[in-house]
Amino acid sequence: MSVFSRFLVLCIFIFPLAPTLLTSPVHAQESPYIVAYDHYLEEPGNLEIEYFSTFGTQRQANNFHSFWMEFEYGATAWWTTEVYLDGQTTFNESTLFTGFRWENRFRALKHEHFINPILYVEYENISGADKIMKEVEGHDVEADYAVPNSELKKEQKHELEFKLILSSTVKGWNFTENTIAAKNLTGGVPWEFGYALGASRPLALKASAKRCNLCRENFIAGVEMYGGLGDRYSFGLHDTSQYLAPVIAWNLPSDWTLRLSAGFGLNDNSHRFLLRWGLSREITGFGSMISRIFGGHK
Amino acid sequence: MKACVAALSVMITFLGVSLAFGRQEKEPRYKYQKDGLVYAEIAKAPEKARAKRNPMDKDPDALAAGANLFEQHCSECHGDIGEGGKKGPSLLAPEVQNAEPGAIFWILTNGVVRRGMPVWSKLPEPQRWQLVRYIKSLGGLPAKPENPPVPTP
Repeated sequence: MSVFSRFLVLCIFIFPLAPTLLTSPVHAQESPYIVAYDHYLEEPGNLEIEYFSTFGTQRQANNFHSFWMEFEYGATAWWTTEVYLDGQTTFNESTLFTGFRWENRFRALKHEHFINPILYVEYENISGADKIMKEVEGHDVEADYAVPNSELKKEQKHELEFKLILSSTVKGWNFTENTIAAKNLTGGVPWEFGYALGASRPLALKASAKRCNLCRENFIAGVEMYGGLGDRYSFGLHDTSQYLAPVIAWNLPSDWTLRLSAGFGLNDNSHRFLLRWGLSREITGFGSMISRIFGGHK
Repeated sequence: MKACVAALSVMITFLGVSLAFGRQEKEPRYKYQKDGLVYAEIAKAPEKARAKRNPMDKDPDALAAGANLFEQHCSECHGDIGEGGKKGPSLLAPEVQNAEPGAIFWILTNGVVRRGMPVWSKLPEPQRWQLVRYIKSLGGLPAKPENPPVPTP
């Protein structure tokens, strides 16, 4: 694939951020997590458009840069639905669109409790070349990514993924634990399991009297740990990859959120280093906007 | 190619969902003013929550900080001065203004999820109390600060 084609693919992924420049502001208070989820859903009627990148090192093959767009919509106060479009570039090989995901998160309880459960259901239609590593499950290991794109893209996955998200916020700290169970609907692949843990806290709990970009309360720092837990026939940490990643989010008053994460592989099966970053913006009242365009209420 | 078509189908479905729920937001503004049920949620706050005192009552910056937070997180639904909007009830109503600060804090923390008000516990506790201070001020003080806050680097 030529440099121009690669540039075009990246532009297609970044283009959906353009409408966010024209919309009314809403200040985001986004968590810094890139892999783990907490129990906070999108506000109803709002659409959040997000772009994420992961640069991954690869032993015995080429490093890669994977990227994805997320369109996260608050259908109700208890239901958030999200679409992902995934792609990747493996250096000295090729750039590919690798598929899409449709994710739904449901708040199980009406009120806030010490532990707040969220049910997560996702359908994935992706190729074997997908490298976004939005979750690590089963026996996913670094060596799987060493296969050339031309081979990997031949494998097509239709996967159902379930998560139980248990999240708690105490004295400004958020603690979250995600348990993952995934089943590839094609072929006789067994159920695979994984986990993600996260802890984070804003650098200041009180808001400043003046709006500012560099106020401490605009920064949320934390750490994520995630990895596979094997499959139905070989549950456990054997032959799995595990990661630890400090994370930080900068919620700008101009409604943009920047996230940065440096992930470190904890065993020989893991990529040594994953650098992730993301940019997002929330469009307030997106549901009403679309409704008006199609002749809904004025 | 197949994947692109599938992705397009999913995007169209997603747009459909947005439309369907966008249409549900047709609730006229007055509904909230007349619908006492929405304020009944305040009465559900437990006694222990009501009894809490606002630790930001004596904080000189709390009102201005609360005004900022209100503009950022609340005005979209409740209106610029809390007068009520298409999605949220008026906060100038006596049911809100006469409520204990602890009860308003409880509503902010727990949301009214089935009526579309999200949980705001993602804002740290001091920020929620700053918001309570500002909301309680809406009944008596000028609606907006005289000198609106200006972003500074």
